[in-house]
Amino acid sequence: MSLTFLFFGILAVLAIATAVICVSNKNPVVSAMALVAHFFMLAGLYLTLQAQFIAILQILIYAGAIMVLVIFVIMLLNLGDEEKLREKTKYRKILASLLGIGFIAMLCSVYLGGGLGNKATSPMAITIGAPAALGKELFTNYLFAFEAIALLLLTAIIGAVVLAKRKVD
Amino acid sequence: MANETILMLPLYLIGFFSLAAVGLDPLFSKNKKVIYYLSLIGLLEAAISAGYALYLHTLTPAPNIEISYAKNMVSTGGMAYFFDILFCLSGILILLSSPRYFTREYKELSEFYSLILLSVSGMMIMAHSANLLVLFIGIEIMSLSFYILAGFIRIRIMSVEAALKYFLLGAFSTGFLVYGIAMIYGATGTLTLSVIQLSIQTNTINSLYLTIGIGLIIIGLSFKAAIFPFHQWAPDVYHGSPTVIAGFLSAAGKAAAMMAFIIIARAIFGGLSQNNFVKDLYVDVRLVLAVLSAATMLIGNITALVQKNIKRMLAYSSVAHAGYLLMGVVAANERGWSGILFYSTAYILMQIGAFIVISLSERNDEQNLKISEYRGFSKAHPYLAAIMSIFMFSLAGLPPFAGFFGKYYLFTAAVETGYVWLTIVAVISSLISMYFYIGLIIKMYFEDPDTQPMVAESGHAVLALTLSTAGVMIFGIFPSLLMDIAKIFF
Repeated sequence: MSLTFLFFGILAVLAIATAVICVSNKNPVVSAMALVAHFFMLAGLYLTLQAQFIAILQILIYAGAIMVLVIFVIMLLNLGDEEKLREKTKYRKILASLLGIGFIAMLCSVYLGGGLGNKATSPMAITIGAPAALGKELFTNYLFAFEAIALLLLTAIIGAVVLAKRKVD
Repeated sequence: MANETILMLPLYLIGFFSLAAVGLDPLFSKNKKVIYYLSLIGLLEAAISAGYALYLHTLTPAPNIEISYAKNMVSTGGMAYFFDILFCLSGILILLSSPRYFTREYKELSEFYSLILLSVSGMMIMAHSANLLVLFIGIEIMSLSFYILAGFIRIRIMSVEAALKYFLLGAFSTGFLVYGIAMIYGATGTLTLSVIQLSIQTNTINSLYLTIGIGLIIIGLSFKAAIFPFHQWAPDVYHGSPTVIAGFLSAAGKAAAMMAFIIIARAIFGGLSQNNFVKDLYVDVRLVLAVLSAATMLIGNITALVQKNIKRMLAYSSVAHAGYLLMGVVAANERGWSGILFYSTAYILMQIGAFIVISLSERNDEQNLKISEYRGFSKAHPYLAAIMSIFMFSLAGLPPFAGFFGKYYLFTAAVETGYVWLTIVAVISSLISMYFYIGLIIKMYFEDPDTQPMVAESGHAVLALTLSTAGVMIFGIFPSLLMDIAKIFF
């Protein structure tokens, strides 16, 4: 067992634990903070996969910018009565958890069948995750996708403006 | 000789004009006509350039071969240009009919034209994708514009509800699609469709990941096309969104999702594989799709029977039409693919046309939409009633309208490949659908009106109705005009 695998194990367990806290906790602020912790764990997982740049972006954008927005929304909505949002029907819960366990079992069987543990990465892998290599790929091989994403973001911005405008003129 | 610029011109043009519509919108905030004509010209130019590229493509010795550009990201096959023209046409039909409708219902049209252009550009990017990443980005551009368009009349609660439902479920289904694409990447180590095909042929794949990936992609695309277990959102969304937009979502959106099915199915199962596992998988996937298709047709048509609201009725019938289109994917032969192309064209013309007629007879705030209110429609508005009857006959699949030949090609394709039971189900569900399509015509012609229904001033919608009626008639009487073109791509 290598050191990378040890790190991977710790991070993976913590990531799952924080995700469970995020879903199960009744207090929305605690959920949001658990999600922040989860994003940090994910960033750590990216690091073990030699993707340094993605890891930094994960922390900057998700744990930084987006989670601030989420917490702001929670504060502005001023959620008080979470009991009302509770699922009333029992059988739905049971059915959903059965299906979920079945899905997890299926995924486990798939991945365990493929063998666990990290396969030997080439020494070149260390440069692939660096910004220079990423930028080179993005602006040569993936240039068309990059440009198409510009249209996608533009659509999203227009949507935000159209739907959030206060007055109808 | 065709060079890269000419072949990529439709994509450049639609991208340029959608950006221009966004940029010029604030400059001409007083005079919206400028943006309206600019968008129309943009769509027309893109359609014409796609037509020219299609013409150049048919001149090449092997028109069924697709050539990739931009580092294997963009393919320039004949099918892509065919769908380009189709999407531009549906955009033009919607643009022609919407200004009057929206000024009557809502007073505001800012950003509307740019959203239509952006959604068409998303569909065109899908059509030209030679890479799963590009396909995904195209689907997302299209879907995002659709979410916004569904909620465009944001002072109306139903419209906002439609947008929210569509957005939440659409985002959820996108998760399935991305996970499926990731699985395919895990199985083959690439996202380029031609390389995926090659590695499946040469059997250098992880078959387990491939199976899961295909399953997840089927779920994701079924959501977008409103196929049976994932069709629940369709009636609410089409009912709640503005009427002309509902036509756009149900016709063009469905055609685009079907096209994504064709692109992925041809990449994965296109070449003859030596691998026994992939051969078995092919049989299984087709069986699953056949069951989904049969269930979609039956459920869509049977639920449409009991609807009181005409928009909901057409929404459920559009679910059924997704089932008919899926038959072409099940058949997976030349006749099936070209049948999908033909039926998409016919479906876009008749569905958008029917929704335009509804938008003209609709009163403020979704009044006058009950089917019972169409009683005696022909007495007051003989022309509109006649046009609506043509669309209904075509949707029901009666000759000599385009809908009949679309169904004919798809049904025969399914029979050719041995899916006789599927064809029997399809014929039975077509018979069920006669009841509500013909029922509407009987209401319009043979019953006396309760009230005198009014019809709004149509404006340019007349042009759109003329175009779609002419298309439904011409392709119904001379189906070979379209079929001869559609056949050479496969």
